[in-house]
Amino acid sequence: MKRKLLSLTVFLFAVSLTFAGGYRISTQGQRALAMGHTGVAVVNSAELAFFNPAGLVYLENKLNISAGVTAVNANVKWQNSMTGQFSETEKIWKTPFYFNASYAVTDFLSVGVSVTTPYGSSVEWPTDWAGSHLINDIELTAFYIQPLISLKLSEYFSIGGGPIYVTGGVNFNRNLNRNLTDEQGNRSNVEVDASDVSKWGWSASWMFNPTDNLRIGFNYRSEIILDAENGEATFSNVPDSPLAPVENGTVGFNASLPMPAELTIGLSYEFADKWLFAFDYNRAYWGVYEDLTINFTPEDIPTSRNPRNYKNASTYRFGLQYEALDKLTLRAGYYYDESPVQSGYFAPETPRNDSSGFTGGLSYQITEKLAIDASIAYLRFDEVDESYDHYQENGQEVPFGGTYKSNAILAGLGVTFKL
Amino acid sequence: MKNYIKFVAIAALGLVACEPEFDKSVEDGDFYSSGEANFAKYVAVGNSLTAGYADGALYRQGQKNSFPNLLAQQLEFVGGGEFNQPLTNDNLGGLTLNGQAIASNRLTLSLVNGNPSPTPIEGQPTTEISNTQTGPFNNMGVPGAKSFHLLANGYGNLAGVSAGQANPYFVRFRSSENASVIEDAVAQNPTFFSLWIGNNDVLSYATSGGVGENQLGNLDPTTYGSNDITDPNVFASVYAQEVEALMASASAGVLLNIPNVTDTPFFTTVPFAPLTPALLGDQLPVLNATFAQLNQAFAFLGVPERAIQFNSDGPSGVLIQDESIPNISAQLAQVLQAGGLDAATANLYAQQFGQVRQSNENDLLVLTSSAVIGSLNESHLGVLMGLGVPREAAAQLAVNGVTYPLQDQYVLIPTEQEDIANATAAFNATIAGIASSKGLALVDVNAILNEVADGGVSFDGGLITSTFATGGAFSLDGVHLTPRGNAFIANQIILSLKETYGSDIPMLNVGDYNGGPAIGE
Repeated sequence: MKRKLLSLTVFLFAVSLTFAGGYRISTQGQRALAMGHTGVAVVNSAELAFFNPAGLVYLENKLNISAGVTAVNANVKWQNSMTGQFSETEKIWKTPFYFNASYAVTDFLSVGVSVTTPYGSSVEWPTDWAGSHLINDIELTAFYIQPLISLKLSEYFSIGGGPIYVTGGVNFNRNLNRNLTDEQGNRSNVEVDASDVSKWGWSASWMFNPTDNLRIGFNYRSEIILDAENGEATFSNVPDSPLAPVENGTVGFNASLPMPAELTIGLSYEFADKWLFAFDYNRAYWGVYEDLTINFTPEDIPTSRNPRNYKNASTYRFGLQYEALDKLTLRAGYYYDESPVQSGYFAPETPRNDSSGFTGGLSYQITEKLAIDASIAYLRFDEVDESYDHYQENGQEVPFGGTYKSNAILAGLGVTFKL
Repeated sequence: MKNYIKFVAIAALGLVACEPEFDKSVEDGDFYSSGEANFAKYVAVGNSLTAGYADGALYRQGQKNSFPNLLAQQLEFVGGGEFNQPLTNDNLGGLTLNGQAIASNRLTLSLVNGNPSPTPIEGQPTTEISNTQTGPFNNMGVPGAKSFHLLANGYGNLAGVSAGQANPYFVRFRSSENASVIEDAVAQNPTFFSLWIGNNDVLSYATSGGVGENQLGNLDPTTYGSNDITDPNVFASVYAQEVEALMASASAGVLLNIPNVTDTPFFTTVPFAPLTPALLGDQLPVLNATFAQLNQAFAFLGVPERAIQFNSDGPSGVLIQDESIPNISAQLAQVLQAGGLDAATANLYAQQFGQVRQSNENDLLVLTSSAVIGSLNESHLGVLMGLGVPREAAAQLAVNGVTYPLQDQYVLIPTEQEDIANATAAFNATIAGIASSKGLALVDVNAILNEVADGGVSFDGGLITSTFATGGAFSLDGVHLTPRGNAFIANQIILSLKETYGSDIPMLNVGDYNGGPAIGE
């Protein structure tokens, strides 16, 4: 029964959303999120399963579980002062979740599991808006399921890692071009849908504790390229004519979407008895995302090539923890997130420029075994004038640009269980 | 529960406050500026071009993309109000009167024998003109209206439609049977207006190949036929009255002048020499041999320039009836008979070729000629057979443009073009004069479409040219604008408003509007 409930929960939360650079979502632990989403060198809870599995072996308890849900609301506004056109994304709440657990098999070996959604995107512009030839809406979800082991080599050093199983899907809708309509004036449209796409990857990590107060952590998750084969592309509202570029109906397609590799290195330092400072540096290898190419099965439908040309990007995270009372721990943090999107490639599908994240939260120990973790975060993006210059019309590149302003609000709740 | 609701409300307020905000939003009232003009109430007056007529019909999508409607969208940024249009009932475009079709459906490009050809879209039109809509309507564009029609009372009276005294498009939305277009426009007290009228005062003459009359010197428009050219003094007089009437309430307005008909694909698509050797095939030497006899007679009569000769190494002109050259049928019959032809044949040839020449670079073949050139003219075939000519011989003498001259309606000959050009220039002088004396904005559509026709104008997706079907400016009727053409005109108006009134109005993104031909089954 319990198992059934758990899988139901997984199903209900099978949605996620973008913020942070590209389509990376940083919501893999409330304690970490409250501290600027640091955690590669923080030994605190089962959240380590995601942040640094090597550290799991230093947890004091036999069984550790951390699970939670984050409500995320991201908003993007766009306007073009030349034309007066303006638009904003739908206000949708998304609820990415995490489930991290570890079990100490022996003094020097722990095993664990981490189920998260580190990559995902959900952007919904009003249908037929000014940039609808690039995107109407996208829903991308990727579950990371990681079985883990953590091995203590000494009091000072441990290693960890394991395979990653990714399963996900994508649904993407855009108009065929800037102005084709059917006989009634409805914009011609294509929706691509691929689900149950899966792939294996791996992760490896270590933790080094040079002194009682200082820990240094390293974690690496491999690149995983999701190959959507035999997806379905549905063309609609195409004029019913042999002269039309495509026919209404559903055809197959192949496409690849990369989940880039991510390297994290960081430290945590305990001081003044009740304080802890943490710093994480993330490097996401977004350079792998060169283009989104949709290859339709019928040969007479031209392949859709959409250059992305992302660059590798860094994130700098800072967190502070204060044990205010016996049962109450307060946290705060800040991070600076570089966007992997380069100038001229600013597509409204992931309209993200560099951002600053301000975070805060607390844990309250209800019983000795159970604590509640809460976090909030506010992501601020500078107003930016940008464009996507690589949409082609009759062999000519037609830019789509304007001023973008985004933000995101996150509020998360989780539990930490120790036995 | 109460607490819970309170919490939710507070949370919601907090989130609203967290919405991203631009430093300066285009939605703020003061981002753009109306300048010295007041755009609160815009009324557009004119003909089919104002109405949004396209692809040979008035239909919803065309109306939604009419330049006044597109302009009104942009005027909303500078205080412009609602803009109502008398929308038709469907996207087919045909009209009915008491259930009988009186206007055909819009054209779409369809494959006919493997070639894309403009063909009326299938379907039963549902726009019944006797269902008069209740206005007022900001778009007072009436397809077919000439300058003087706007002042005509009863122009929207259903009873006058069948007699040609009233306009079915105006019947659809006039305020009362006796109303005039201008009265209905003025009654709305516009603060701003556009007036684009006068095109049909030359265009209907031109599109009909000059079958009408040039009414130069005739100051009574009630005596004009539908395909006549309006006298410039009549135009000047009615145009001034119309502007005067609109300015009773409006302090700002824009006038659009008349393009040269020769800038539209209706007159530039069919080449003057459309007959290629491939098209004529093995008939070419036979034809030349047959016409050799006739050519000798032309030479003898001192009109060697009328010789009919089809080139074997390049395209040739079609035979056209030219009413500007002397009819020499009588002399021709005599000469042919003297040359040895029997009287019947000589008379037949003389009747058929007495006022004929081959088209040259100074002639304009209208778009509709492409459908008839090289095809058998059934009615002429009937006439010949009625004269006792055997079917086969008659058929050989009834091939449009090859053996049977294209009639007046398919060709604009130089004298006709000259009449059109002179009238257009006179109308435009009047429009420019009134714009200047009244301080109104002026869009020189004539110059702009010259540019479109002469190499094209660029936009972010390429070029807008006057090439038929694919150029982006003109719809499949070859005269009226595509949505892209309408957006382009609306932008030109925005530019003229900036110049005249200092208005800062955002421009339309021309590439967002369809310039491709409408396509169908």
